[in-house]
Amino acid sequence: MRYLSHTPEDLAAMLQVVGVKDLEELFRTIPEDCRRTAPLDLPEMTEWELNDHMARLADRMVSWADYKTFAGAGSYHHYIPEVTRYLLSRSEFVTAYTPYQPEISQGTLQGIFEYQTLVCRLLGMDVANASLYDGAMAVAEALLMAIRIGRRKKTVAVSTLVNPYYRKVVETYLAPTEFKVVWLPYRPDGTTDLSGLGAIEDLAGVAVQSPNFFGGIEDLAAAGKTIHDRDAIFITCFSEPLAYGILKAPGALDADIVCGEGQSLGIPQSFGGPGLGVFAAKQQYVRNLPGRLVGQTVDADGKRGFVLTLSTREQHIRREKATSNICSNQSLCAMAAGMYMAALGGTGFRELAQLNHDKAEYLKSALQAAGLEIPFASATFNEFVVKFPAGFDQKWQALLQRKILAGIPMVCYYPELADHYLLCVTETRSKDDMDALVKEVLA
Amino acid sequence: MKETVGTRGLILNEPFLWERGRRGRSGYSLPRRDVEPVPLPKDLAGEGPDFPDLSEVEVVRHYTRLSTWNYGVDSGMYPLGSCTMKYNPKTNERQASLPGFAGAHPLVPSELCQGALQLIYELEHYLAHVAGLEAATVQPSAGAQGELTGMLIFSAYHRDRGKPRTKILIPDTAHGTNPASAALCGFKAVPVETGPDGVLLPAAVEALMDDDTAGIMVTNPNTLGLFETHIQAIAAIVHAKDGLVYADGANMNAVMGVVDFGRAGVDVLHINLHKTFSTPHGGGGPGSGPVCVGKRLEPFLPAPRVVKTGEGYMLSEDFPQSIGKLHAFYGNFGIMVRAYSYILSMGPKLKDVSQHAVLNANYIKELLKDVYHLPFDVPCMHECVFTDKFLEKHKVTTLDVAKRLIDYGFHPPTIYFPLVVHGAIMIEPTESESKETIDQFVATMRAIAREAQEDPALLQQAPHKPKVRRMDETAAARKPCLRG
Repeated sequence: MRYLSHTPEDLAAMLQVVGVKDLEELFRTIPEDCRRTAPLDLPEMTEWELNDHMARLADRMVSWADYKTFAGAGSYHHYIPEVTRYLLSRSEFVTAYTPYQPEISQGTLQGIFEYQTLVCRLLGMDVANASLYDGAMAVAEALLMAIRIGRRKKTVAVSTLVNPYYRKVVETYLAPTEFKVVWLPYRPDGTTDLSGLGAIEDLAGVAVQSPNFFGGIEDLAAAGKTIHDRDAIFITCFSEPLAYGILKAPGALDADIVCGEGQSLGIPQSFGGPGLGVFAAKQQYVRNLPGRLVGQTVDADGKRGFVLTLSTREQHIRREKATSNICSNQSLCAMAAGMYMAALGGTGFRELAQLNHDKAEYLKSALQAAGLEIPFASATFNEFVVKFPAGFDQKWQALLQRKILAGIPMVCYYPELADHYLLCVTETRSKDDMDALVKEVLA
Repeated sequence: MKETVGTRGLILNEPFLWERGRRGRSGYSLPRRDVEPVPLPKDLAGEGPDFPDLSEVEVVRHYTRLSTWNYGVDSGMYPLGSCTMKYNPKTNERQASLPGFAGAHPLVPSELCQGALQLIYELEHYLAHVAGLEAATVQPSAGAQGELTGMLIFSAYHRDRGKPRTKILIPDTAHGTNPASAALCGFKAVPVETGPDGVLLPAAVEALMDDDTAGIMVTNPNTLGLFETHIQAIAAIVHAKDGLVYADGANMNAVMGVVDFGRAGVDVLHINLHKTFSTPHGGGGPGSGPVCVGKRLEPFLPAPRVVKTGEGYMLSEDFPQSIGKLHAFYGNFGIMVRAYSYILSMGPKLKDVSQHAVLNANYIKELLKDVYHLPFDVPCMHECVFTDKFLEKHKVTTLDVAKRLIDYGFHPPTIYFPLVVHGAIMIEPTESESKETIDQFVATMRAIAREAQEDPALLQQAPHKPKVRRMDETAAARKPCLRG
């Protein structure tokens, strides 16, 4: 086997040093009744066979490579510049462990320090951690952090316009605890209704997503004021960080914690993972943050360098009193996001965001002009909800046969929204693609 | 030593991203604009982020230089105990980047993602088979989330029986993630002391196990690199009080094809794909922490689950007792593709992997135990734990040995863990290293022991060769600078 290098002679020499007669004897401390009764029954392939097998599996997938997709809903098809893909494959980054030995991990450490910095600049926040697993877990951790800050307060409120999958993960994380979640309804314009907050006792924190699951941009300035008036932690989250290329940064609107999914920042969709849990907060909450942090310091000669820091918050030191149980995070995905933001630059990031917005506006107008209803009036970024005529689900299926994925049906998440679809347009869709979609929808 | 791997290469300095570049440069090719600009409403519009503008060449130089300051498995031996830094096969990267996988949207109808669903289904089956358990989920994103999944299952199981419990037994050798994961589920961690031979004794468990204890979390092989030989008796004690047994499978690389965790009495086991199943660590992630369970706990696994029907594979939410969802979608799928490719490449030879990993660790143990103190001189599994006891008289510590290894071109072992061993040096060579490399590592460790005697300052000030010397970690924590 090409990944193992011992020859029979090597094995014999080493067994002799160890003082056992064969490889089986190495396991003599394992009791007989803990052992397998039959050998492993697994297929074994040559590299050639594996290539064929995997190509066959991959062929049984719909990907952007051969479909026109207008689907977002938390996973976005953005173009990944070749420079990002290429640099990310540097095996010094890929095959390193968590940078516990800083002297030989400065590449990862400076890269993550830069990622933390760019995330802060994007979101208008003071500190960002080195990443969490994904947007869903980031929201759950943000709520737990708000509860830690709020000390005795036991209730959190979450907008029903937070991605439904994130809300499910929040439910999972809070299920075994004594903490309670209140779900906030949405208003007719497709933004969150915060009017019920006044009635909630011991409110630790409130989470609002912007752009929200309907694609709508929330009035975060007003939300922040309402939430802070209730003396609660103001959490904003996102699934599409590119929006902050042209939107006001949540930090500028007084958010305490900003978190979400960073997949849009140069990470392949990859059937939903690995993505990137982005997590940022105000400086005053830094010791409550979950996850790793890279900090700048100096070496014995006074030379600039980086280390993992403030680790007394973390499980390997604090054990059951840690701010989170996270150990491995999504480091390489954070590196990818850093590379992506660096490749675009401030100018490119803003232009790309504007282009996403403009394309989505074009399709929205074209569908409206064709007589379809845009049920929610709030401004949107690159996603919006359309109400199609009753029975559109058959046409949606027919379009799939023609290799067009005409958005995500909303009825599975909001039973009241039959015939509503969430459409997404990124820079990867051309005007021709959109014109073709409108034509097909009307046909 | 005449010639070592370690040397001082050409190390180039590199500033921060924002110390490079000029406003107006770009490293990105925007698509041609084919629609008219539409301004955002003024009250919503922001300035855009203050990122530096760099050319493509600047971006390439920047990250290429950074990469050369890192040490990876591809650079050399990385005997980091408990982390299983084995070789990451390159074909796995190819498979994960196939457009059908890398470009797949997670919310398409089942009939349009059969390849991914089949892969998840088969991977879960293979992992459960290797573990000796009946079912598995690949949804958890890392080992710690696998542990959380296990604890959520414990919690749901006891609630389902109408008897919620508040405590959990955790040996003092456990990784910190164990108590932290249990705490997330509201369990109070009760430490169990390890016996004199480095393994848990049934009597210690018997004394603590009661009707308010949900069960036990055992790392097996444990963090001393020893197989918990009394696991079956311990499981019987826990089961007698209606508790459950969780095995932290971080050290699974030692026992593939040998141990049947179901027979050993384990109810739940997590596996790290980024350890045992060869997926790269990426400088700290992404990983994947699948969880295997016995039949009676299968109804509690996270949903959705991939099920096989007459027509193929589909995602099903129809598991009313499920603990719910842990990931926005299905977990770190790209990592699953790599692990699946590894399993298919190895097949039944996964057993050879464990045999070679255990042989390598025992070989190192035998060849170093006269110069480094070995607290438990018994046959080990895939890793061996030494201490700095013999070096104390020279005022040389475990940290000094670790840093000196860097000069010789090796990544240091895990140090100061497990906490129950003072000054621990935990060496896990994995199966990937050749005899020559291991011999060179042994010779280096012996040379360092000699240096400790002859020139302790050389070790106390090590490393001497990397880009930076020892970092001031105290200053970093006292006055945190977390962004530029």
